[in-house]
Amino acid sequence: MRRERRRVVGTEQVGPYTLLRVERGGLDPGVPGQFFMLEAPGCLLPRPMSLCLAPAGELAFLIDPIGAGTRSLCSLEPRDTLAILGPLGNGFGLDVERPLLVGGGIGIAPLPYLSETLASPPAVLGFRSEWHAQAAELVPNAQVCVEPTLVTDLIPAEMDVLACGPEPMLEAVRLVAPTAQLAWEAPMACGHGACYGCAVEVGGELKRLCVEGPVLC
Amino acid sequence: MTGTLLNASGCLDALTAPEVARSLDAYVTKTVTPLPREGNPPVRIAETQAGMLNSIGLANPGIDRFLTRSLPQLAKLGIPLWVSVGGFEAAEYAEICSRLDDEQEVTAIELNVSCPNVEAPTESTTQIVAAARFATRKPLWAKLSPAVPDIAEVARAAHDAGADGLSLVNTIRGLKLDDRTLKPVLGTAVGGLSGPALKPVALAAVYACYRATGLPIVGMGGVWTGLDALQLIAAGARRVALGTVLFADPDAPSRIRSELAAEAAARGWSTPADAHGFAQEESLPIEATLDERSRV
Repeated sequence: MRRERRRVVGTEQVGPYTLLRVERGGLDPGVPGQFFMLEAPGCLLPRPMSLCLAPAGELAFLIDPIGAGTRSLCSLEPRDTLAILGPLGNGFGLDVERPLLVGGGIGIAPLPYLSETLASPPAVLGFRSEWHAQAAELVPNAQVCVEPTLVTDLIPAEMDVLACGPEPMLEAVRLVAPTAQLAWEAPMACGHGACYGCAVEVGGELKRLCVEGPVLC
Repeated sequence: MTGTLLNASGCLDALTAPEVARSLDAYVTKTVTPLPREGNPPVRIAETQAGMLNSIGLANPGIDRFLTRSLPQLAKLGIPLWVSVGGFEAAEYAEICSRLDDEQEVTAIELNVSCPNVEAPTESTTQIVAAARFATRKPLWAKLSPAVPDIAEVARAAHDAGADGLSLVNTIRGLKLDDRTLKPVLGTAVGGLSGPALKPVALAAVYACYRATGLPIVGMGGVWTGLDALQLIAAGARRVALGTVLFADPDAPSRIRSELAAEAAARGWSTPADAHGFAQEESLPIEATLDERSRV
């Protein structure tokens, strides 16, 4: 388990979010839904980010600047460097017959790479405003809704749902699509099973998202 | 022995990161309790200005599953194993110690008498160490909290009750409030503070307890660099444990090991062991406490 130091290639603004592009070097992009721990300059702990896109020679992460760590990551500039550890955790199972990608807010982060891997299946994306919904441009073949319309209003029956978004959205998705693969999120210190910080209660049991997830069925 | 590196209990899972565990001189398990524990409700982790708070609450599979499932796998790592033991009364510590006593793979037992995230044991450190001492021949290390009026007094009590060494320090309680809502970030509100913020606290505890007891000490608390490790050794620690830094950087053991050697060499010492106790004033007897010193 080695951290690699990588150079920032550039950043792009996507609505309120920042797409941070870094050199890939020898790093394996992993399976969609897996994540990397990114060193956040000025912070003690790295931040977990799922891979958003894997263009040639690069890894790209979609980041919402909501706290000290994410703001620090969004303010990185070309040629800055940061330590990266990953890919970590378990990604989405890709053996699905009728995939439907479902995302909410910054939870759409792993969907562009997933969409690319599954040859652009249909997607349903929900956002809290038109500004946030600009991120939908990263996911082809997407139907977009803005609150008060919810993604669960738009999920057709009998699809293999692969979803990522805030916890209430995932719980709601599970009600309409009980077999959905859901990518969860929790604060974590390490990303490799040590800290037990990312334990979430799923089906009455606490699971460490970093090693048992973040994608859980 | 002096200068050897361990992990702080609960800061490394040797089964998910075996190569990190093998880069240490010994692996300390997450605390094991008599019964399985799910731990505390989320949110369990929060970064602070110079450290982090955790409120895990001793999540662990319990001693039965530890012995049947975890220990055989940990034994395959091929490095010395220290088992951290927790409980809510002295008899529970004793029960686990006696069950570990015949396990050849277990090198030492660390008694976690100081977890800030669960209810404190009902009995004193003396009673817990004495009960554990009666239950096992394994070396016993008492892991103490620095959040007491006089940690040297607790260290002396642990020594008198039969501890072979001290692990210093456990985390201290801290609170983080959300910047916007002003509500506690952690699910349990208060959690254990670790990381660089704890380093001066750890140094003071090691300094005082080494003077008070002369016992071997594992120093820990905010070690991020080889110089941090050397300072704990100079204060009186024989071994150094890495905690929060392992979350941020799993490669830290090899980096800190080489930095530690370089920091010692830069001061003319051939090994970090030569720095042991260097910060202590040699004119004062080791048994003297700071209070006694002030009366001199």
